Amino acid sequence: MAETIARKARRLTTIDIFLWVVRIAAVVFILIGSVNSLTSGRLSAQQWRDLLVFGVAQGSVYALIALGYTMVYGVLRFINFAHGEVFMVGGMIGYVVSTPLSRTSLWTDQTILAMIIVLLAAVMASTSVAVLLERVAYRPLRGAPRLVPFITAIGASFFLQYAIAGLFGTGFKNYPAFPGLSGVFEFAGFRVLKTQAVVIGMALVAMGALYLFIERTRAGRAIRAVSEDQETARLMGINVDRTISTVFAVGGAMAGVAGVAYGIVFGQIYFLSGFVPGIKAFTAAVLGGIGNIGGAFVGGMTLGGVESIGPSLVLTGLGIPSSNQLKDVFAFITLVLVLIFRPTGILGERLSEERV
Amino acid sequence: MKERHWLRALALIAVLAMVGAACSEDTPTGGDNGTTEDPLGTVTLGEGEPITVAVIQSISGDTASLGTDQVRAVEIAVADRGGELLGHPIELQTEDDGCEASAGTTAAQRVVSDTQIVGVIGTSCSGAAVPAMEIFSPAGFTMISGSNTSPILTQAAGEEGIAHQDGYFRTAHNDQIQGAAAATFAFDELGVAKAATVHDGDPYTQGLADAFAKSFQELGGEITLGTAVTPGDTDMRPVLTEIAASGAELVFFPIFQPEADYIVQQAGEVEGLGDTAILMGADGLLSDTFVEDIPETEGMYFSGPATPNNLRYRDFVAKYETEYGEKPIQAFHAHSYDAMNILLDAIEAVAVEDGGTLTIGRGALRDEIAGTSEYEGLTGTLTCDEFGDCADPVIEVVQNTEAQESITDVKENVLFEYRA
Repeated sequence: MAETIARKARRLTTIDIFLWVVRIAAVVFILIGSVNSLTSGRLSAQQWRDLLVFGVAQGSVYALIALGYTMVYGVLRFINFAHGEVFMVGGMIGYVVSTPLSRTSLWTDQTILAMIIVLLAAVMASTSVAVLLERVAYRPLRGAPRLVPFITAIGASFFLQYAIAGLFGTGFKNYPAFPGLSGVFEFAGFRVLKTQAVVIGMALVAMGALYLFIERTRAGRAIRAVSEDQETARLMGINVDRTISTVFAVGGAMAGVAGVAYGIVFGQIYFLSGFVPGIKAFTAAVLGGIGNIGGAFVGGMTLGGVESIGPSLVLTGLGIPSSNQLKDVFAFITLVLVLIFRPTGILGERLSEERV
Repeated sequence: MKERHWLRALALIAVLAMVGAACSEDTPTGGDNGTTEDPLGTVTLGEGEPITVAVIQSISGDTASLGTDQVRAVEIAVADRGGELLGHPIELQTEDDGCEASAGTTAAQRVVSDTQIVGVIGTSCSGAAVPAMEIFSPAGFTMISGSNTSPILTQAAGEEGIAHQDGYFRTAHNDQIQGAAAATFAFDELGVAKAATVHDGDPYTQGLADAFAKSFQELGGEITLGTAVTPGDTDMRPVLTEIAASGAELVFFPIFQPEADYIVQQAGEVEGLGDTAILMGADGLLSDTFVEDIPETEGMYFSGPATPNNLRYRDFVAKYETEYGEKPIQAFHAHSYDAMNILLDAIEAVAVEDGGTLTIGRGALRDEIAGTSEYEGLTGTLTCDEFGDCADPVIEVVQNTEAQESITDVKENVLFEYRA
């Protein structure tokens, strides 16, 4: 016993020791900060619950966008950096459709129908953009060295941003208020705003549908096959090109839903709205385990929750002033820490791994 | 082997040339032609060549109304002189300061590289002025701002501000006074004892929030929470929850759009703030895009520079309306009008005419503006102090209520006036 410990101790490098120090320090700081905040009574229990709900609503938007990143990575091992812009296009088209619609009687009489129309329009727009992106920007570069499609994605991202700016202007567009969505739900002691409830609901439904699609349909099976081994899938008679387009389309659809959700929760959208949520959603995908659909969901929720509660819970407890200004810093430090503790992300495994 | 030596020699020469170019002393870009008497350089304009004034304002994005308003005022000032000065046409070169440091730096670099530019009216935002003056001051350029208000650019509590540079002047008030005005209004007029402040890290917002906090505490009030958001943040609910938990009766958030939009819209959703807390903003939000487009701003108070109330100002507004089809859209147009006139008067005073050639000394121009005393402008009687503050400051607190329909109405709904 002592021998094995001695052998292991000899194999420890400086980096291992350093990482262990970081892990322990992180746990200690988080514990000190959290205990301080919770016992100081600065925020009431209801307010902590409110913060949690805010985090889950924000996290739902991140999770929907993260799905697109993670699916494309799972199939192509490629990060589609223009995905944030696909989300923004969905949100923009949602605005363009909802504004005239809000002036009709359909808006107040048949709110659900109106919302479905807005969602459909946004989803159609974002899906088309995603599929076009794949066809025009990525397919010709299949087989090129990794860096090339990466740079193309960044270029496509700028192109989409400024195309939308040219078409719709650079100003902020305000979403009209959805009738019947003002007010609060009380649910097991949690105060949930109706807008937030709708957003969380949309996210859950979309992800449930995606899960069924991937696991139960032929197209879903084809996606799983292509992400495991493209060549073999092709040999088995799967149309790889069409499968890849499907992956982009589905990711784009999710992003479209996220765009409308964003518009409902935050009320405004503009041509640069996709940039920061895109980065955060990518972070969420990595956090949860890239290539893993469940990982996108877990990562999104974690990131949203951490951003919302983290500063108030940990940073203020450690005595850091203006902790909300450090919200983004906290979120990204969490990413680093999670990767230090668990390098493959929270859920780890990739889409392709078959459970025998 | 011979090619190797040849290539190596060539490479060495190229490297030495680059090092030599990079390490050479910066020649002053003040347009000097070697035979100047002015230590900061001169601008020499031949017959018919235009007097070029750079206008660096925030003309795009959410703060576009702040900059556009001032650009228009400068254009009116030029038109009032018939578009020319001393027989030379006046030309304006407009640049975008983006209301932040990096865009301000780019704009300043573009301007400083043009040695024919005589002076600068700008920037809109204090955040852009800080790096811009670091570029302009050593190059001999002079800049007069109509809307920078951060104390760090001139002085704070009698001490030189950390970003103060020679050649910087402003006709807008120093935020020490606006902070005091807002605090006095909150404490004395509204009877508020507990307030919270929110800034966004920008020099203007932070300076104003700090000035408010200091004055409020001196009056006997309590600042329950001084916090900040980051530009680009959309979810304000956590920070609003913190503010609600701290027990604040009034939230002073002298920030810009769109962060202010989110705060105002989401404040109603946070328990403990919704109907009970008073919201107060500052001059960065006194624009049509905030007050007219966001319905939740109803009931909010704003501190800001007083709208002038003299005949010359009314003439100015009439000209503005005729030329641009709408009333002034923000609060600093009159200040930029005064700034441009002070600059043009100073050019007229120091320019040396010789035949058709005009020679303007940069140092002489700076000294002339620094000596501005008892200048009758639209905004009052202006005298420049040693730190560059030239304003005759009067701060008003206005309120946006149901009765007000436009930004002009809101600015006229004055509840409180404060003088230094």
